[in-house]
Amino acid sequence: MPTEQSYIIEAEHIYAAYQDNLALEDVSFNIRKGEFWGILGPNGSGKTTLLKVILGLMKPLSGTVRVWGQTPGQLGSKRDRIGYVPQHATIDLSFPISVYDVVMLGRSRMIGLGKRPGKEDKEAVQEALKRVELSKAANRQIGQLSGGQRQRVMIARSLVTFPEILILDEPTAALDVNATQSFYEWLHKMHHNMNLTMIVVSHDVGVISRHVDTVACLNRRLVAHGIPNEVMGKETLEEMYGCDAIFFRHGEVPHMVVSTGGMPEKKND
Amino acid sequence: MIDLLQYTFMQRAFVMATVTGSLCALVGIYVILRSMSFIGAGIAHASFGGVALGLLTGINPFFTAVVFCTGTAWAIGAVSESARIREDTAVGIFFASTMAFGVLLIGFMQGYNTDLFGYIFGNILAVTSFDVWIGVVLAVIVVATIIFFFKEFLFITFDSEMARVTGLPVRLLNYLMLTLIALTIVISIKAVGIVLVSALIVTPAAAAQQLTRNFRHMLLIAVSLGIAASWIGLILSALFDIPSGATIVLTATVIFFLCSVLSPHRRHKHIQRERLEHEVIESKEKRDE
Repeated sequence: MPTEQSYIIEAEHIYAAYQDNLALEDVSFNIRKGEFWGILGPNGSGKTTLLKVILGLMKPLSGTVRVWGQTPGQLGSKRDRIGYVPQHATIDLSFPISVYDVVMLGRSRMIGLGKRPGKEDKEAVQEALKRVELSKAANRQIGQLSGGQRQRVMIARSLVTFPEILILDEPTAALDVNATQSFYEWLHKMHHNMNLTMIVVSHDVGVISRHVDTVACLNRRLVAHGIPNEVMGKETLEEMYGCDAIFFRHGEVPHMVVSTGGMPEKKND
Repeated sequence: MIDLLQYTFMQRAFVMATVTGSLCALVGIYVILRSMSFIGAGIAHASFGGVALGLLTGINPFFTAVVFCTGTAWAIGAVSESARIREDTAVGIFFASTMAFGVLLIGFMQGYNTDLFGYIFGNILAVTSFDVWIGVVLAVIVVATIIFFFKEFLFITFDSEMARVTGLPVRLLNYLMLTLIALTIVISIKAVGIVLVSALIVTPAAAAQQLTRNFRHMLLIAVSLGIAASWIGLILSALFDIPSGATIVLTATVIFFLCSVLSPHRRHKHIQRERLEHEVIESKEKRDE
């Protein structure tokens, strides 16, 4: 069917467990090529589990995920066309490795076991560094970069296989408010320039919804999904976070969410 | 000094010092960067059981130690794969039980065995040509494996989770690395001893880490320092007739402290601290104005 073919990722009735708990319950959605999705939800809402199911790192208890019409097991070398940037809270900053070498690690599987990087691989690394605007930092040790720059190195490591889909798990978890803001602006720009299909997971409701095309609000179930300013109503946020919330609006989308423990209140600028 | 080199035992000792010094330092880089120091010590102590078994049965203790160390290394790897038991707990269990096994076997032996003392504390002047040959052959295998899997080992050391996601055979590479550590330890116990070998693995690598933040440089520096410590230790022990294993390890320790004093990271921190102190003073002056 022509409509289904235009979807790059299709998830149908996914149920999945994390350790002994049901983390995802009947989650279905379709993502089109070139879309920028934000998956939002509180901690423990199954966001990372969902990413792992999409990537084929975790098998769902029930339901299917298809990427380019194939299940993760059928993907084979197409797997390199999905870039993944995991949560990186615990990277050893004193590790003696340069930015260039970190990015080169991303090509390990393509280069092959026991083989040395060729000209093509070196060019790919340069290209990826250029994309994340870190060409000048190539020889610096990873710990000498700022948090935002380090996150861009991790993105370069996923871009080095020239993926069509890029999946980021809490990319701004270690960044302060200003760095988060400029990181998303940069990400938004990169999405446009590279024609990537992008999925970003975050618990940061405010910033992300201003930069993505579609938000999916997750709290084990998919509470809502659609265009940010249509989806991000008070009811959705309450259902997602399981509590009343104040949220400020700057323009169309909510800017900040503060749980108030049972004091419903709403402010508009 | 030159006179000493005319003796065959001294020539063998120098070859052995070079092999153990370089090999321990090379493997040590991965051991310290993966926070596996305790695993190194655990595997080394496991060789005690292997050596005792060899001495009791009359089989060359080298072979029984290889089997014992590799087996223990794999067992630690297997147990720590299960989420229920932490890696250091697994090491703690095997560390003591393999030692206990060795002590039990020695109990069965008639009289006191002087060879055993050599294995525990090391005697590089007493290595046989068999020890040297097997050491050289295994060292070549270990080094070749590390060169072959250079980028894979770097990946699992830096970010093993991501290496797995990328599709590298991380489990297999982990076991391979444990095997290399085990082989390195068995090659080295004759020279520096069961109790001291883990120091020769950790110390030169740690010293090199004080001097550079470049992985390839760190490898070269660690290997050079490992060889230097072994040679200096060997010469001192021959000149003053003092225990070789202990002398080599203490030389490595002195080198480590020298490197940490000379460390550019330390200087860098010092400069940053000074800059901050200046800022505080300036801010206070502004406030007082």
